Amino acid sequence: MRTGEIVTAGVLALLSIYLMWKATELPVGYISREGPGGGAWPFWLSAIMLICCAMIGLNWWRGTSPPSRSEEPVLDSYGWRMLLFVGGAIIVFVGLVNVISMYGAVAVFLLYYTRFLGRHGWPLSLTLTIVTPIAFFFFFEGAMQITMPKGLPFTDPIFNVLYEIIY
Amino acid sequence: MEILSLLGQGVLLSLQPLNLLLILIGVTLGLFIGAMPGLGSVNGVAILLPITFLVPPGSAIIFLAAIYYGAMYGGAISSITLGIPGASTAVATTFDGRPLALQGKASLALVTAALASFVGGTVANVLFTLFAPVLAAVALSFGPPEIFALMLLAFATFVGLGGDDIPKTILSICLGLVLGSVGFDQISGAPRLVLFDISGFLHGINFLVLAIGVYGIGEMLWTIEQTRGEVTTTTARISVRGMLSDTRESVKRGWKGTAIGSFLGFFVGVLPAAGATPGSLMSYGVAKMVARRPEEFGKGHPGGVAAPEAANNSASTGAMLPMLTLGIPGSPTTAILLGGMVIWGLVPGPRLFVDESEFVWGLIGSFYVSNVVAVAVNLAFIPLFIWMLRMPFTILAPMIFVLSIVGGYAATRDMHDMWLIVIFGFAAFFLRKFDYPLAPAVLAIVLGPIAEPTLRQSLLLSSGDPSIFFTRPIAGPITIAALVLIFLPAIKLLRRGRGKTMADEG
Repeated sequence: MRTGEIVTAGVLALLSIYLMWKATELPVGYISREGPGGGAWPFWLSAIMLICCAMIGLNWWRGTSPPSRSEEPVLDSYGWRMLLFVGGAIIVFVGLVNVISMYGAVAVFLLYYTRFLGRHGWPLSLTLTIVTPIAFFFFFEGAMQITMPKGLPFTDPIFNVLYEIIY
Repeated sequence: MEILSLLGQGVLLSLQPLNLLLILIGVTLGLFIGAMPGLGSVNGVAILLPITFLVPPGSAIIFLAAIYYGAMYGGAISSITLGIPGASTAVATTFDGRPLALQGKASLALVTAALASFVGGTVANVLFTLFAPVLAAVALSFGPPEIFALMLLAFATFVGLGGDDIPKTILSICLGLVLGSVGFDQISGAPRLVLFDISGFLHGINFLVLAIGVYGIGEMLWTIEQTRGEVTTTTARISVRGMLSDTRESVKRGWKGTAIGSFLGFFVGVLPAAGATPGSLMSYGVAKMVARRPEEFGKGHPGGVAAPEAANNSASTGAMLPMLTLGIPGSPTTAILLGGMVIWGLVPGPRLFVDESEFVWGLIGSFYVSNVVAVAVNLAFIPLFIWMLRMPFTILAPMIFVLSIVGGYAATRDMHDMWLIVIFGFAAFFLRKFDYPLAPAVLAIVLGPIAEPTLRQSLLLSSGDPSIFFTRPIAGPITIAALVLIFLPAIKLLRRGRGKTMADEG
């Protein structure tokens, strides 16, 4: 945790410097008869962030914050596995939205999580996998009139059937 | 007496069968729309606006106001049961509502939210009825320096939310404010902070993207990692006796937060451009500050649910006041209501109370009736919401992830934002491991777009002289109070550090 604390502060300091540099694309000072420039607000706030990172670094050096005193690892083997299997599945879920549609991605994610991570039986997993996207479809597309991504053209026949029910 | 007579007529008008039916449907629809992450009263009112042309204008506005009411009650449901704030007005409800749900006390949190919302709504209705014209005049005297001072006060209350690590709290606030400034410079219209030149940043970062990333993805990853997947939300039970006991406890421990939220929320809600979100956040901060044991806030204190819930309901009624009396909407939802009124041929403004007395008092009467219907409908549906929590965690967790992604897309309709939600989720998970408070960042991204233009307009008014925030009669005391609140934790920490050093030396 101790190394992680200073690495995190370092990353945030780099982010602050990048934000300060990016903010200077617009004026950061006071312009007569126009008020503060467009970049002033993000520039000075990023500068405060950088000062805060320096203070976090000082606290780390003095060992005053709990993570800077901890010798535990940031993540143990369970934590890394969780991040891989759950976090990785979320990334794949979002990646699939433009391929098999939002509803298709929801179905694949739910089947993976309930059947393979949750170890529920096939009947429950399949019920959730089928009912949830269909319920979402009628709620969002029918009731709320919000169109979700439909993915690649091969999904069209399924959506044509569903749209005929709504309209 | 004249007011009471007009109010009586208004209540009777809203109790007519058609209006009562519309209130019941509106409140129930609003409750479920508000409970859905990513959807709020603004979606419900906007989508159902065309339907209102089928009924007379008086009934139409009653229906839309009922949806608005229901959604304000519903916002707390996803904050408490799923840990995802469905709308910006319910962000502060998550801080104590979610810990209560994780402790198996979701029923207490939901009952507290419902009762506080009812009290907040009732107090606001009474204030609205009695002081509408006077308050409208006060609201008009709030210029950019006063609004900025108010925002500063809201930020000052955040410093107290972040715990003892002040640099991390201030960093979190500044990060939220910077993320809120991504997109376009509101005054010059020039592109600003288009990060890594990715065009998706041109439309800015919606607060929901950060909120869903932090609470929907980051918080869930953190919960799974910390509890090894053995989450205890399944212990939630519901019974009539349990609900009565929850009612007693919520009154006992939440009355102070309810009182603060009811009054503070209303006055902040009345201010043009402020709305229910700053009101609920400030009420949470003030309730924490005046609590006997402020350290219990954030860990599951009913007062932490009561204050923002009373405030957001109270403020939503308050936001109607400038809309009706001045024609200035106090929130996005009231802006749509205002549009509806114009389409129906009504002219909002001071003359509305005289020219369209029946319409105005019918609407005010419907606030009272909607409030009673909303609390009854909300309490009736609590067993359903509790049932959701009794699902095994291996079903609830994927449902929360799915709702986060789908709800996030529904709010912004942009795949770029979906990836941002995932990035914010992972970042929140790691930052939480190192004790960075993330609530202040979420609050700051909501208030940043109000604070920045008012600061710049104020400095323009004073030719760059910051004393404008101290010399104006309303802005001055608010700014000083904010500065005291900002420096109070630092002074406390210094004194504690000095006391510790002296004890070590002794």
